[in-house]
Amino acid sequence: MSTSHLLVLQVVIPLVVAPLCILIRKQALVWYVVLAVSWGTLFSAYRLLMQVLGHGEIIYFLGGWAAPWGIEYRLDVLNAFVLMIVASIGAIVMTYAKCSIIKEIAEDRVYLFYTAYLLNLTGLYGVVVTGDVFNMFVFIEISSLSSYAMISLGRERQALMAAYRYLILGTIGATFFLIGIGFLYAMTGTLNIADLGVRIPDLENTRTVITALAFLTVGISLKFALFPLHGWLPNAYTYAPSVVSAFLASTTTKVFIYVLLRILFSIFGTTFVFDIITLDRIFLASALLAIFSGSITAIYQTNVKRMLAWSSIAQIGYMILGVSLVSVTGLLAGIIHLFNHAIIKAALFMCMGCIFYRFNTVQLSDLKGVGRYMPWTMAAFILAGLSLIGVPLTVGFISKWYLIMAAIERDWWWLAFAIVAGSLLAVVYIWRVVEVTCFQSVTTKDHPEANQPHMKEAPLSMLIPLWILVIANIYFGINTELTVDVARQSAEWLFGIK
Amino acid sequence: MVVWDKMMTEELLLLSVIVLPGAGAVFIALAGERHRNLREAITLSTAVLLFIAVLLLYQGIDNDTHLVVEIIEPVAGLSLALYVEPLGLLFGLICSFLWIITSIYSIGYMRANQEQNQTRFYVCFALAIAASMGVAFSANMFSLYVFYEIITLITYPLVTHSGTEEAIRAGREYLGYLLGTSICLLLLAIIWTWSITGTLDFTEGGVFVDSDLPAGLLTTLYVLYVLGVGKAALMPFHRWLPAAMVAPTPVSALLHAVAVVKAGVFTVVKLTVYLFGLDELVRTGAADWLFYLAGATILIASLIALKQDNLKARLAYSTVSQLSYVIMAAAILTPVSILAAAIHIAVHAFGKITLFFAAGSIYVTTHKTEVSQLDGIGRRMPWTMAAFAIGSLSMIGVPPTAGFLSKWYLLQGTYAVESWVAISVVVISTLLNAAYFLPIVYVAFFREDKEEKETHGEAPFTIVLALTLTAVGTILLFVLPGRLLSLVQLIKV
Repeated sequence: MSTSHLLVLQVVIPLVVAPLCILIRKQALVWYVVLAVSWGTLFSAYRLLMQVLGHGEIIYFLGGWAAPWGIEYRLDVLNAFVLMIVASIGAIVMTYAKCSIIKEIAEDRVYLFYTAYLLNLTGLYGVVVTGDVFNMFVFIEISSLSSYAMISLGRERQALMAAYRYLILGTIGATFFLIGIGFLYAMTGTLNIADLGVRIPDLENTRTVITALAFLTVGISLKFALFPLHGWLPNAYTYAPSVVSAFLASTTTKVFIYVLLRILFSIFGTTFVFDIITLDRIFLASALLAIFSGSITAIYQTNVKRMLAWSSIAQIGYMILGVSLVSVTGLLAGIIHLFNHAIIKAALFMCMGCIFYRFNTVQLSDLKGVGRYMPWTMAAFILAGLSLIGVPLTVGFISKWYLIMAAIERDWWWLAFAIVAGSLLAVVYIWRVVEVTCFQSVTTKDHPEANQPHMKEAPLSMLIPLWILVIANIYFGINTELTVDVARQSAEWLFGIK
Repeated sequence: MVVWDKMMTEELLLLSVIVLPGAGAVFIALAGERHRNLREAITLSTAVLLFIAVLLLYQGIDNDTHLVVEIIEPVAGLSLALYVEPLGLLFGLICSFLWIITSIYSIGYMRANQEQNQTRFYVCFALAIAASMGVAFSANMFSLYVFYEIITLITYPLVTHSGTEEAIRAGREYLGYLLGTSICLLLLAIIWTWSITGTLDFTEGGVFVDSDLPAGLLTTLYVLYVLGVGKAALMPFHRWLPAAMVAPTPVSALLHAVAVVKAGVFTVVKLTVYLFGLDELVRTGAADWLFYLAGATILIASLIALKQDNLKARLAYSTVSQLSYVIMAAAILTPVSILAAAIHIAVHAFGKITLFFAAGSIYVTTHKTEVSQLDGIGRRMPWTMAAFAIGSLSMIGVPPTAGFLSKWYLLQGTYAVESWVAISVVVISTLLNAAYFLPIVYVAFFREDKEEKETHGEAPFTIVLALTLTAVGTILLFVLPGRLLSLVQLIKV
């Protein structure tokens, strides 16, 4: 089987298996099927990435119809990397999911969760590999609709409201995106991204193209919760089951940022977007606002999952900050942070899943002395938290390093200072949790049922995937050859160098 | 082939200074509370082995092979690497030697006080030593920064050991100051340096020699670096040190004498000499401000110490003041003053650890914490208070204690640059030191004990043993300074 077929199978397999899950229904069996799909697609994502790194772009014509008439799947270093991020997080989170899902989702709906998850995976894979802008829209909708469903499976009633709010805002985003595509199609008569990239530069001075850029940017920014379009995110991540939060926080936003990069760089081109429209200034402003408002709000949260959600908003700011610096180093920092933040945030949400599994709560005030019962979980939380802060020898440090380098390259000292100040805010919100859970002594008042059998470490099936992510946090902070190389190649590719 | 073997052994030896205490920590954790004698035996034997390893490195310092061991390289050209250099070796020697004594002391103290979480305590302690060794032998600023941050994080559980509300508040302050300065200032300075020079390796004469930076830029960088090292407790970033007094006494000893603040001033001296280079600093005048700031810190901290009734708080402010001696000596920027700075690191370590051991000894035996409660205590605890007296004399700088040694070289340095400001700072602070230490010694020995009914005697044996050893060390350093001086004279300034 040639590798280019893997490209389409990546999308087709989860799509085909999703309805099968409804037929199977049996919880345990469904989990095995989903697990097989997750790891299988991870394996093929890895093969694809290696193929791209070794032999360059892979192009696949759907149904054999050549682009620009048919739909084209096109994989370069950037989307091969994003594909790898989604697939690896999917595989790890699904390995972890079994126990957590049983705990957090009503039993008769578990198979629906797995179905929605597979559809979501289909959507995300599709968005990443497709080289056709309308096809991209379709996959965005597949992934979004299934994520609304997944969020609404949360046991608390607020989950429904959160999902509904996400639905409204997400649909507005998707509609904007579609309007943007419509304008582009009206001007060029094509939907193929590569083709658009050739034709748009000649039409750049038209108002329609500028409007299209505006709609596309705003629409997709809503999807990845760029400040101030982040309103849906905190509740969605708070009330969704932990598995869902872990998966969405580390994949969906990353994929939509990828879409933004694809549209800005591959369709409109850097000169138009940054020199003429000066979109970088808007990005810079919202990124900084996101970093500071997100981090400061995170400090005041009493629910740890909500705190992590606000931290996500801040971290999205860091990624967009990298883009707004309009340099290879800056973009490199942004792209590498896609990966780094994915493994950091997934690990942190998974810690919360472990705690919820044993303690039925993630309210900070109820978590006094939890570290005594769950030392491995809290050790993982501390390490992932340090990575989020950006302590050396973790992935977070690598992101910060390149981001600050990019700021210094532009001689923006105040920005370099702002970035480290942002890290300091992360110290505060992470350490609040560490302090309460590990260093405040447990009183019987806090845990009336103290020393009962259920108050112990999470099961191994949750701990092992969690620790794989934690070790990845350290491994990729020490050995950055692969990640930095891929991010640099992607950044250079987007800037048209080489 | 023989040469290769020798290189290999030296590389392994160098790595072992980090690996040994790290492995020790693992075994301590495995032994746990259930085998506490075994656990303590592991601590002690690891400490002894570590000291032997550092001594062996010291033996090999004379030959001119420049041994650098790279461990990992996260970013191209930016590696975690170790090497042997006289200043670092001095810090390593002090640190590993005092770890042995502190361990002896901790065993007595922790058991006598029946402290909680003793295993965590010993594990974190060993890891803090491992990280300090990393700081001592770092071959570049990046490695130093990494180990510096590890020290901060790993000592946090030690500072908050008691778990009380007050301890947690102190821990917050501890982390806030140390991480705040190191992330916001030090890290920024390091990345800035990297972007200018493309290297962070410690080199003789500094890394900025060829870059010909304007004086203003170099000054800014130096400010970021020095203020970024919050562990040096330079004012206004000194508050964490008195706050951390809530920790158990062995931890205070670790903070004040063995690892934490010593790592701070060591970093300042190291980057002054090997990153900026004395010539470059003299040429641009980039360190002038530091000289005044350190001088001010010496005097202000001494004045605050004078007013403290809590014994440990008084000692803490004394540390703030004494650390600035090292920094001021470094900021004078002459070879002899660098010598003084290096010697003072050693001298203060021995003197201050003796004082803290004595304070802890008093606390364990009598649960007294205030200076005003110490009337006549010297008669009941002669060993403790004699050691305290020796430590005090060393702080003041009176022969026959080691404190005289560093003051002597510091004064030589100040004469060399004819700085009357520095001389008057030294003189006034000496008087202040005498004013806040001698009364304690006086009341302890010569005033009548008001409460006759107290029947306590000396502290437990291990405590007395430890503080006697450090007191003797304080005197020995004065009597036999040869080895110390020959080591610091190897520092290539």
